[in-house]
Amino acid sequence: MGDAKTPRDAGNWAQRGTDLHLGDVPADAINLNVEGRSVAGPVQGFGKLWQKTYRVVLPPDVEPAGVISAWKSHFPEFWPPKNHFYGNMAGINPGDVALINMGLPGRMKLSTGILVMYADDESFTFMTPQGHMFAGWITFSAHSAPEGTVAQAQVLMRASDPLYEIGLAFGGHRQEDRFWEHTLTMLARHFGAECEVDMQRVCVDKKRQWKRAGNLKHNAAIRSTIYMLGTPFRRRKA
Amino acid sequence: MSQEGMGVEQTTGMDVRRAGERTSIIDVKGDVTSASEGPLMDAFQKATDNGERRVVLNFNDLEYMNSGGIGLLVTMLVRAKRQGQQICAFGLNEHYRQIFELTRLDDAISIFDSEEDSLSGGS
Repeated sequence: MGDAKTPRDAGNWAQRGTDLHLGDVPADAINLNVEGRSVAGPVQGFGKLWQKTYRVVLPPDVEPAGVISAWKSHFPEFWPPKNHFYGNMAGINPGDVALINMGLPGRMKLSTGILVMYADDESFTFMTPQGHMFAGWITFSAHSAPEGTVAQAQVLMRASDPLYEIGLAFGGHRQEDRFWEHTLTMLARHFGAECEVDMQRVCVDKKRQWKRAGNLKHNAAIRSTIYMLGTPFRRRKA
Repeated sequence: MSQEGMGVEQTTGMDVRRAGERTSIIDVKGDVTSASEGPLMDAFQKATDNGERRVVLNFNDLEYMNSGGIGLLVTMLVRAKRQGQQICAFGLNEHYRQIFELTRLDDAISIFDSEEDSLSGGS
């Protein structure tokens, strides 16, 4: 076994927990598909394994730690309109659980969330709950490079279930690309820069994990849609 | 993420040794981050050069791992799966065992208490 001294990364990781638990969320948010759910990584997903990298090059005088500090503090503000991130007001810290409401066509919303799996001064990583569009991790990082300070969002993911896999093939990837392109553009603007977002998509594993097809029972899109369709009836009852 | 940025020099070391006809052990030393991709993938290649079916990761001398390092283990796992190989591990202290559980990598990588257990397949 390893020795008993405290590892340098000890404070950067979320503590192990079996289920996710949310703090207070605004009354107008749709709070579904997070509380009590387990997290799911790329190993637990269904679809092809993708690594998607989105990058912007910021001016070299912007320090990587400054980029991550600003990204943590203003995370929801950089998102595209109609998408809401209800996280910890104090920033982004290991073990935090945040609720996400994503805008869908036809005034529909998808309720899901994330766990802050890892965070340090130059990166932070989210892990998704069961039922999210994909099972995986998103790592936000910044580093110095010869061309400037590179800010990056990297997604390592499998579609959670067969329905999401079809969705990814028919526009889902493009929608996600637009999402992170907007986010990185806004991050760059925060530092007074107008930059092009560079995107790379690599299929790490073409095989689908059919034994994970049953993940469909947790599908957050289905559950959110049923909830939204039932809203007028719940209002009438109240 | 980068240890360089935090004023700490990053050191990654990987040694490969044979443990029987069909098994190799990779001794992982120092830091495992996204910058360890070259050494880790080279070690994996060396560990499976002779048609080994099982690769055992020895984490006794692991000093630091971030989310980039965990991502590399997934990439290695995919490569192994594609080639019909199995990956297991030993030498994880309580902290890193918890990280394997948190990230749910323990679903795919069997964890053993000792090298002896990992080679015999016991728990």
